[in-house]
Amino acid sequence: MAQDKGVLIDLTKCIGCGSCTVACKLWNKVEFNEKAPMVGTGAKLNDKNWTVVERREAVTRQGEPVYRYVKQQCMHCKDPACVSACFSRALQKDENGAVVYYPDLCVGCRYCMVACPFDVPKYEWEKALPLVAKCQMCATRLAKGASPACVDVCPTGAMTFGNSDELLQTAKSIVANDNKYIKHIYGAKEIGGTNWLYISDVNFVELGFKTDMEDVSPVTYTRGLLSAVPFLAVTWGVFLTAMALYSRRRRKLEGKKGDSDDEE
Amino acid sequence: MKKTYKQLELLGWKFTLTPMRFVLTALLLGSLAVILVRMVTGYHFVTNLSDETPWGFWISFDVMVGVALAGGGYGTTLLVHTFEKEKYRVVARSALVTSLFGYLLVMAGLFLDIGQWYNFWRPFVSWGHSSVLFEVFWCISIYTTILSLEFCDILTERVAKKMHHWVIKALPVLLIIGLVFPMMHQSSLGGLFLLFKTKMYPLWWSELLPLYFLLSSFFVGSAMVCIETELARRAYGHAIEVSILKRFCRVGGRVMAAYLLLKIVDVTVKGQWGYVFANTMQSNLYLVEILLGIVLPILLVFSPAVNKRWGLLLYALLTVGGIIMNRMNCVFTAMYKSGAYFPSVWEILVSVGLIAAGCLVYCFIVENFHVIGDSRAVHRRVQKDLGSGHD
Repeated sequence: MAQDKGVLIDLTKCIGCGSCTVACKLWNKVEFNEKAPMVGTGAKLNDKNWTVVERREAVTRQGEPVYRYVKQQCMHCKDPACVSACFSRALQKDENGAVVYYPDLCVGCRYCMVACPFDVPKYEWEKALPLVAKCQMCATRLAKGASPACVDVCPTGAMTFGNSDELLQTAKSIVANDNKYIKHIYGAKEIGGTNWLYISDVNFVELGFKTDMEDVSPVTYTRGLLSAVPFLAVTWGVFLTAMALYSRRRRKLEGKKGDSDDEE
Repeated sequence: MKKTYKQLELLGWKFTLTPMRFVLTALLLGSLAVILVRMVTGYHFVTNLSDETPWGFWISFDVMVGVALAGGGYGTTLLVHTFEKEKYRVVARSALVTSLFGYLLVMAGLFLDIGQWYNFWRPFVSWGHSSVLFEVFWCISIYTTILSLEFCDILTERVAKKMHHWVIKALPVLLIIGLVFPMMHQSSLGGLFLLFKTKMYPLWWSELLPLYFLLSSFFVGSAMVCIETELARRAYGHAIEVSILKRFCRVGGRVMAAYLLLKIVDVTVKGQWGYVFANTMQSNLYLVEILLGIVLPILLVFSPAVNKRWGLLLYALLTVGGIIMNRMNCVFTAMYKSGAYFPSVWEILVSVGLIAAGCLVYCFIVENFHVIGDSRAVHRRVQKDLGSGHD
């Protein structure tokens, strides 16, 4: 969508300081938890960690061992599976392209969690009345024309905020002009495209990215089914009515002939 | 000398007391205690659900298996009321009762597995119409309402008798509507998995998933009828003729054969035979599901074995087992990238307790209404009392 905002993350520039994770918690008023670190090896998204920076040991294309820091958060897909999955509209894509959660509408079925190809939405399992938790792309900041909190505090400029179409062009030219980058922009095509894009100098599969994604959003499949349903339902209803009338008439006629048993 | 069972009687309503019913009641009470803990404390004490495996036993068994097995009613209704195959009418009422209470149990199970349960009504007003789950939710709600109205045909023979002739008038329309909805939600339960393409083991994902779920929900209907009627025969002495059940199962068998053919074509077109024989856990579970749950029942039902009751029962158990395996394979085995999960004993207890509740309600209904054999069922081991006359 033309109006979609996005973020381009340059993984060659992240130093793993974790400022983004702190800014995220402060802006969203989410508690810190020492037992669930936000930065480092094994850092994981959960109901309190809406973004994390995972440290990964990897190998460059030249065979050198290196470490890289990979920021993880919601990808704010262009055709999100979670938005399509939510049957009460508790997940909606806003005019800036952010995928936003409305807890008041949430029933708690967790279909969004199973549907997300990136396993992003997490759940408050410890609570009696749990909510889903994920990066909201600071939708209220975007509404005022500001960038997300994490992008704002990044000291190295590893993240760039802007219109997602322009960011894609920027990414393409960076990757084309500098051979250190892998010739792939993660999120350009994956599952129909995401608003958060990544460029890297190490193969994405080494950094823990899911690389077996189709170029179409999974929503394509459900759209096909749902558009066929009303037609199928009406056709089946008409058939049943016709069949019922026919069978009843046949039975009446057979009854009149003095023949009351069905032959089968 | 066989033990006779007492009947509890209250205001004209009867209920036989048997040892099995005490066991079922105990299980029900146990599960109610767990349900209370779940509602007060959430998921983390009573379930093994996690971010990696947010859908567990309650979704896969209570909801997915539950809807498939409870949906047996629509197959019977289709044959009896649409195609007017009179010979199956004798099982139509008990199939309806099983369906209605099966769906009510599905709803109870589902209610327990939603985090903000007091928001259950949201999709009625906040329409997430791009979601297959939205369609499932609405269809199941409407269908359960229709089933309840159809049940009024049985209910109003004894209670609120004045309503009876209105119900009879409405019945033909209810029956037609009641056959459109199962087609939609049974197939849409399969449709739920369409979004999971990148996460599922290829053998369980297909664009044909809705059709697979629809066909399998149809053929499991006759298998469920065999099992219910056998249990009713043992308890109440009322037997359905083997020849009727056999023909009903053979209708199911033909649909099963079509289902198998579709799967073979699908796997061939997608070039997935390598996955079938890959000897991974997923491949082997797939083979078990197909061979024991589809191929073997097809062979059985078209063989002379089903001229005997044991043959029918074996066919029924294999078929139902195959469906349970299929639904659980879709939720667990197929989601092989998600990590390990096994239900906690509390999750299992709740599911078992819900089934126990269903059995107890079924027994109560057939003993107090004309469901089995057009009269109120009397347990074989009850001392027949003298004088009451109008059963």
